[in-house]
Amino acid sequence: MKQFLSFVRKEFYHVFRDSKTLLMLFGLPIVQIVLFGFALTNEIKNSKIVICDYAKDEATQQIISKIEASRSFEIQKTLISHKQIEEAFKEGDIKLAIIFPANFNNDLLHLHKAQVQIIADASDPNTANTLTNYATNIIMDYQQELMKNNAMSFHIVPELRMLYNPELKGATNFVPGVMALVLMLVCVMMTAVSVVKEKESGTMEVLLVSPFNPFLVIISKAIPYLFLSLINLTVILVLSVTLLDMPVNGSVLLLFGESALLIITALSLGLLISNVTQSQQSAMFISMMGILPTMLFTGFMFPLENMPYPLQIIANAVPSKWYYIIVKSIMIKGLGFSAIWKETLILFGMTCFLLIVSIRKFKTRLV
Amino acid sequence: MTNEVVIKTDKLTKRFGDFIATNEVTFEVYKGEIFGFLGANGAGKTTAMKMLCGLSKPSSGNANIAGFDIYKQTESLKKNIGYMSQKFSLYEDLTVIENIQFFGGIYGLSNKKLKGKSNELIETLGLQSEAKKLVASLPLGWKQKLAFSVAVIHEPKIVFLDEPTGGVDPVTRRQFWDLIYQAAARGITIFVTTHYMDEAEYCNRISMMVDGVIKALDTPAMLKQQYSANSMDEVFYELARGAKRKSD
Repeated sequence: MKQFLSFVRKEFYHVFRDSKTLLMLFGLPIVQIVLFGFALTNEIKNSKIVICDYAKDEATQQIISKIEASRSFEIQKTLISHKQIEEAFKEGDIKLAIIFPANFNNDLLHLHKAQVQIIADASDPNTANTLTNYATNIIMDYQQELMKNNAMSFHIVPELRMLYNPELKGATNFVPGVMALVLMLVCVMMTAVSVVKEKESGTMEVLLVSPFNPFLVIISKAIPYLFLSLINLTVILVLSVTLLDMPVNGSVLLLFGESALLIITALSLGLLISNVTQSQQSAMFISMMGILPTMLFTGFMFPLENMPYPLQIIANAVPSKWYYIIVKSIMIKGLGFSAIWKETLILFGMTCFLLIVSIRKFKTRLV
Repeated sequence: MTNEVVIKTDKLTKRFGDFIATNEVTFEVYKGEIFGFLGANGAGKTTAMKMLCGLSKPSSGNANIAGFDIYKQTESLKKNIGYMSQKFSLYEDLTVIENIQFFGGIYGLSNKKLKGKSNELIETLGLQSEAKKLVASLPLGWKQKLAFSVAVIHEPKIVFLDEPTGGVDPVTRRQFWDLIYQAAARGITIFVTTHYMDEAEYCNRISMMVDGVIKALDTPAMLKQQYSANSMDEVFYELARGAKRKSD
């Protein structure tokens, strides 16, 4: 036991004396959260639009004020003629134009049918789609208000409810993703590099000649990183709750437990990498290569459901995919263990597999 | 030096595919002896040494180290030997005292014993003012002396030194050998490989390895007489000339 403690203490010295490691350990999650939280968001806010209102009547005024009130749009200017619309688009930052024909209110009240034209800049199709949807919703909303007043017969009013994320915040999607990404990246790379470092410096030989159990070498290497990663996780959670209003609806304890499981998975993967590499550079390189599949197949950047079937199968082998599902279930849906036992089991199986392989590969004798 | 045998090998062999790195090596080393294990690069010294330390599994043959079988009793064996590798093998980002405590710790020394040991060690090496500095900041000579002292911190029966003085200046090398003599006087058997023939003269007995086999084994004086040479250098040339393996 004393041997073990000496070893763990030594590992902590290594971590705390290496400013690069520390920077990566704690800098990375902060940068990621800030980056994803404020810079890279798929929500659309304050899109600049132009409105061309030929009618200028009660109905169009009400719709325009609704549009103005919406967070999604910012009315750049109100145009007088159709011709100016194309110029506005050409100038650049206009994403959408809404044109009300003359006699809009009249048509609406007497013919029960009025037209409004929405023109979007579809050079970015996703944005165009989302914006036209937003705009249509606002107009529909107005229409429904009118209908209520007029008590028209037979109409179906779909009532939408966005479950778990009523405000459709992007954070709920990417925070669990960033957690998975950061934990995977940091743990895999740190362990891989720290074991390979001992090989490179020749200290591994000395350790193997010593009576210290090689199996314990692995465990003691893992403990400081497990501990630091849990602190890291706390940092991510505090940041995302305070800065991004991320909800934590489920049990925090369960969340930490599941995260510890992912960390152990990542640590075993790191050990495996360290066993097949001889230099710190190659260990770092292989770990870095792991980022791409983690990003792609976790599901927080690109929905897995839209991927071709073979890729969906590959995604199943990515531990962070399962962790992502678990975290979303706990944090956003507030579910308990009974809802995520399957994913937990899969993750647990992966950990066991990786641990067994890396321990068997770990050479107790060098040659 | 007594007649108690602490290392006994019997036809110890290591093959890597078709290549026989160490071929049926048989010799004995006595307690408290300084045993020089010489040979050109690639002669198979390091391979033989690794087998004796339990780092490498022999292909055939037997060896008994400090009374323990190298196949069956590796755990007890490891407790009773020390090892200093060719590469500098302390942690550069740990201080002198932290290195001592770490290696003492993994050899299971009690806190009290460790404290006494580390004070004694720092004093012998004259490192009082450097004790709390990172090992990386020490000059190479001091690092090597520290590495040796750490390798014998648990008072092993045998210490294996793999080219311990590579790249060290002659004065420091002399000091290093003073440490070796002190350890030998305490009854620690020294098994050392070296390329420096002046160091070979310091050994009680030396063995010369050529192409994986031991070509000669005796005291330096007897070897010089046998090969009618004036120095160990000449003995080495005489023996190594017949080598077929290319040194690398």
